[in-house]
Amino acid sequence: MPARQMSEQSLIGAFETPPQDAARAFRAALEALARPGTLHGIKGGQAPAPVSEAAASLLLTLCDPETPLCLMGAHDTREIRDWIAFQIGAPIVGPAKAMFALGTWDALQPVTVFPIGTAEYPDRSTTLIVEMEALSQDGAQLTGPGIETTASLSLPALEPFQMNAMLFPLGLDFYFTSGTQIAGLPRSTTVEAN
Amino acid sequence: MSDYNFAYLDEQTKRMIRRAILKGIAVPGYQVPFASREMPMPYGWGTGGVQVSAACLMPEDTLKVIDQGADDTTNAVSIRKFFEKTAEIAVTEKTREATVIQTRHRIPEEPLKEGQILVYQVPIPEPLRFLEPRETETRKMHALEEYGLMHVKLYEDIAKHGHIATSYAYPVKVEGHYVMDPSPIPKFDNPKMEMAAIQLFGAGREQRIYAVPPYTKVVSLDFEDHPFDPSKANHPCDLCGAEHTYLDEVIIDDDGGRMFVCSDTDYCAERQAMGHRGRLSPEAAE
Ligand SMILES: [Zn+2]
Repeated sequence: MPARQMSEQSLIGAFETPPQDAARAFRAALEALARPGTLHGIKGGQAPAPVSEAAASLLLTLCDPETPLCLMGAHDTREIRDWIAFQIGAPIVGPAKAMFALGTWDALQPVTVFPIGTAEYPDRSTTLIVEMEALSQDGAQLTGPGIETTASLSLPALEPFQMNAMLFPLGLDFYFTSGTQIAGLPRSTTVEAN
Repeated sequence: MSDYNFAYLDEQTKRMIRRAILKGIAVPGYQVPFASREMPMPYGWGTGGVQVSAACLMPEDTLKVIDQGADDTTNAVSIRKFFEKTAEIAVTEKTREATVIQTRHRIPEEPLKEGQILVYQVPIPEPLRFLEPRETETRKMHALEEYGLMHVKLYEDIAKHGHIATSYAYPVKVEGHYVMDPSPIPKFDNPKMEMAAIQLFGAGREQRIYAVPPYTKVVSLDFEDHPFDPSKANHPCDLCGAEHTYLDEVIIDDDGGRMFVCSDTDYCAERQAMGHRGRLSPEAAE
């Protein structure tokens, strides 16, 4: 059997100066999750389409061989798997074993199949990276930790996030990525229609 | 180029710590386990805080390090130098100019802003440790919000002393769920924990990271008939006259003469530079 050729794309797209770029990307991710409803720039990572620069940068910053990753829908391609194998080394798994998951909102359904942690270890849950057409500070109304009064974010749905918040301190945490922008929604956020 | 990894830790270790920090943010007050690394300093020197800072720092940052409110103790100076060398970041003593502040045992007097991160060095992260030494049990207690024992302990204080005698590491309830040890800050600082900055807590020896996002509800435990009292010494600062700051008592001569000065040295110096004077200010004493 001939050895499968790794696509050339998998060899490119890492951070140019990994420690510094990853540090900047982490701070964007930290601010995004600590202040739901705020948008932050995150860049430097380039994965095969349709992975956004923001999602690629987040994967490079947080994922490695210790973080099982679930790819869903159009984000589960051979090119993307090769890129992850070469740049990140995260094992590709199904939803039930995922620490991270990547896909569009539709492809990630139903989100209830992802681990939400346990009462004694609520951190053993999945972080979902949801690729979006665009991000904007309107739509659902958000309240909770990280938000002084209220904030708004263009969430792709309402009810699943409301159900998720009711599981607190268990639950899923979300990143929304589009182009070079990132926003976060931790399980602690209360979501209401605006 | 320096011979160090950026901010000392290797990239895989930083990723592991960063993931723990984000879980901490998502579940405010919950202690996230992490695999603490050996740092080139003893445990008492805040290796947990140092690792959290190392995972957060980016080249554009300006770092401030305080120890009991002061920027110039051996501990604070060493940590500042360590990051100057390994991360080539700027450093400052001004609270306002810092983007990352690592602290041992104080919250700065000047209110922190959005965009700032306060990193606490934590010796014992588990607020229930003295009541229940078994980790398996304290985990269950947190999961079930079984905090009765903690209230009993505080109430025993009241029975014995007429008030709650705990004045440092005074336990808080975060966002209505987890009871959390705020590290050994004076209880005077507890109300400041509802702030605009991100608060991260690192315990090196105990291998725990926890967090309080901005504007999160942080309530000091108390009783209806004994409400929480963040009391301080009933004096103004003898150098800057401030009546709203946390003070250190300093012995100034062999006859037992004492003075009270702001524990936050940057804050006190700035007030003096602005012309504020206290009882023992050089000009006032003339
Ligand atoms: Zn003063």
